[in-house]
Amino acid sequence: MKRILIPLLFWFCALPAVAALDPALIGQLAAEESDDKIAAIQQLGASADRDAVKVLKALANDELYVGGDRIFLMEDDKAVDAASGEAIEPAPESYESITINNRIRAELTNAIASLRLLNPDREVRLTAARELQTNAGMEMAPILAQALARETDPEIKKLLKLAHALANLGNAEADARLAAVEALADNATPNTRNLLLPLLDPKIEADERVRNAAKSSLRVIESRLAIGESIGQVFSGLSLGSILLLAALGLAITYGVMGVINMAHGELLMVGAYATYFMQGLFRTYLPGYLDWYVLAAIPAAFMAAALVGVVLERSVIRWLYGRPLETLLATWGLSLILIQAARVLFGAQNVEVANPAWMSGGVEPMAGLVLPWNRIVIIGFTLFVLGLVWVLMQKTRLGMFVRAVTQNRAMAGCVGVPTARIDTLAFGLGAGIAGLGGVALSQIANVGPDMGQGYIVDSFMVVVLGGVGQLAGAVWAALGLGVVTKFLEGWAGAVIAKIVVLVFIIVFIQKRPQGLFALKGRFVES
Amino acid sequence: MRKPFTIRFLSAMPRSGWIAMAVFAAVTLVVMPALHLFAPADSAFYVSNYVITLGGKLMCYAIVAVAMDLIWGYAGILSLGHGVFFALGGYAFGMYLMREIGTDGSYHSTLPDFMVFLDWKELPWYWLGTDSIMWSLLLVLAVPALVAYVFGYFAFRSRIKGVYFSIITQALTFAAMLLFFRNETGFGGNNGFTDFKRILGYDITSPEMRATLFALSALALMLTLLLGRYLVTSKFGRILTAIRDAESRVMFIGYNPLHYKLFVWTLSAMLCAIAGALYVPQVGIINPGEMSPANSIEIAIWVAVGGRGTLIGPVIGAAIVNLAKSYFTVAFPEYWLFFLGALFVGVTLWLPQGVVGLWQRIRTARAA
Repeated sequence: MKRILIPLLFWFCALPAVAALDPALIGQLAAEESDDKIAAIQQLGASADRDAVKVLKALANDELYVGGDRIFLMEDDKAVDAASGEAIEPAPESYESITINNRIRAELTNAIASLRLLNPDREVRLTAARELQTNAGMEMAPILAQALARETDPEIKKLLKLAHALANLGNAEADARLAAVEALADNATPNTRNLLLPLLDPKIEADERVRNAAKSSLRVIESRLAIGESIGQVFSGLSLGSILLLAALGLAITYGVMGVINMAHGELLMVGAYATYFMQGLFRTYLPGYLDWYVLAAIPAAFMAAALVGVVLERSVIRWLYGRPLETLLATWGLSLILIQAARVLFGAQNVEVANPAWMSGGVEPMAGLVLPWNRIVIIGFTLFVLGLVWVLMQKTRLGMFVRAVTQNRAMAGCVGVPTARIDTLAFGLGAGIAGLGGVALSQIANVGPDMGQGYIVDSFMVVVLGGVGQLAGAVWAALGLGVVTKFLEGWAGAVIAKIVVLVFIIVFIQKRPQGLFALKGRFVES
Repeated sequence: MRKPFTIRFLSAMPRSGWIAMAVFAAVTLVVMPALHLFAPADSAFYVSNYVITLGGKLMCYAIVAVAMDLIWGYAGILSLGHGVFFALGGYAFGMYLMREIGTDGSYHSTLPDFMVFLDWKELPWYWLGTDSIMWSLLLVLAVPALVAYVFGYFAFRSRIKGVYFSIITQALTFAAMLLFFRNETGFGGNNGFTDFKRILGYDITSPEMRATLFALSALALMLTLLLGRYLVTSKFGRILTAIRDAESRVMFIGYNPLHYKLFVWTLSAMLCAIAGALYVPQVGIINPGEMSPANSIEIAIWVAVGGRGTLIGPVIGAAIVNLAKSYFTVAFPEYWLFFLGALFVGVTLWLPQGVVGLWQRIRTARAA
């Protein structure tokens, strides 16, 4: 009976208020006591009056004023009486805004949201219903029931039902609580889980039926959450793996061809990321209309910039250290220090801001509680594109054939006329360029700063070790495998333990298969 | 007939070497500490706190450099993770220093301050016994040795070497750094250990203690050099260099390189740990930053600058690079990394034998 009565009562109250708000209520907004203010706010919120929104919003923004005995807000520099909506002439000479505290602010948010639920504009109602998904309190139950009865849009209706159930969890009637708990099974979010968990306790929830319903609802929610979480972990693992792959592909090529580890490889990622930043700046200044597409222009720019740096490094330093891999390690570390410091001097020690273009921000939500960000999806696609490009380059072009030949047997390749020195330079440039592409991808999900590349050298080397030298397929499996395994371990034991476990795993792995997952067939003689 | 040990030991170094060693001993064990303690502060001969501490630090670095040279210069194994052993030694002795603070910390608890801060009620099990200096000194040697032995055993058994080994040691130090950054690990997290007060009841900042630590560092450096000299001139050292130059051939002759590498690797780790234990009371702090990969790789450049495969080279290299660092980071902080980077590149390109090699080249050129 109560359920029918309350909305009726609201209708009754709401009708006369269309013309003007109750002056006594408005007056109460300026009361000394917070409790009085809150009571007035709640009543206004329940009134379903559109003018009340204006007043409450003004109050929330500290723009509701008291002057003399009148309460008013400012519209186009004119004082307007809050209750009647009439202009006050002349405006009061001295006035001050009504102060509110955080408790009142919370009440205001709720009241405004509930008023918005009855707004004729669908979008307004939808946002309001969304906002109430996490914080619908008991006092909202009547207004939600009313909104639910009036709502025709199925999407909003679904949201409202959940919000209503949420609000009804605190209802004194056990039947209402039971219905609420059952309805909440459809809302698989961690928040609902936390709300339902206390209901298992007999001390908090006296009714046994509600307790049992809560238990079964929780079971449904938990299993859905677990599925969502696993999918999320696989996805972030793939995303990490594709970044690792972009970083490792270049390293695999240079290590395969020359047998040297370029410790400045991470800094080539940084060069690519700063090239992206630079392109963003260019577009902002000269082509602001096309700003969303700066990333596409950054791809060739980052490739060229990093490849250029790579070729210079190879020609000036690495070339002279052939046959001394350990010294190359140290020299390229020195180069990485110089590059980092150069970035600091040129762009400042702070991280620079690289914004996602509009088409890469936001995400898709295939199921409740699982959001797949667009930027990561795009990066996975981009990695596939780069991978395809490298595959074509290595398998279908003359340069690729030469690179593979030098990787397999440098002396023999030289004997049959492959210009090994030039291939070295080109391969190094190519590897560096791919690192630059990795930098573009990285700039979209991580901070861009002078030492952003430092952490990547060890990880990418692990990929190369795991995958085997000179093997594209090996690098792909190793990178994705490492990415997914790392993310699962992180969820299970924390980031640090995950790192250590992966490291131990790789050391053990090398014991068993020193040539990596995909060893080249054939005989190799060392030293 | 096998010569007696003393003869072999004495003949490990030429006469000039022993004379230089004696001079060094006289200066660092007698003259410098005495001038620090007894010369009046305004006299020209007074050795200030700054000089004593800097000197002590440099000698600790020199020990690390010699340890690094033993494995890199003589066995051809480039470790980019020696900072771990240095820091482990420092942490092990730091535990004793933390316990020695007693109830003088800011919370006046018997627990170290950071544990009170974390609301821990008692010491974790691995802190047991660390109030005894003997147990801590044992830990200083045993923990890094154990870590090095286990890691080395698995790495050398599967013949991981060259750049593979280097990168994996770098990953090791990186993982260790992350581990020590965690508060739950029980070593003070980010801040590490600091605010030390006493050693064996004596004030750690007193001139006497500074002079003692300085002299101990000098003694440790000299013993390290003597040990290194003895090792590399012995048969053991010859096999080590043979492994460096042609490991497969050494195996064909019938040696198992595993034991040789493992011994020198573990020894090198222990020497680093001793240096770390001497370093911490002199600088008054140890934190996980010591384990950062950049620190470890810097050790390699000390050795490269001085000259690999000579024992005196690393000592000179450590001194040159660290003095340059002290100067640059004060005078031109922006250019220090440029200088260090250029040093890495320049030394590998033009000075493969380091300063000592350069000196020898000049001498032979003069003689010819």
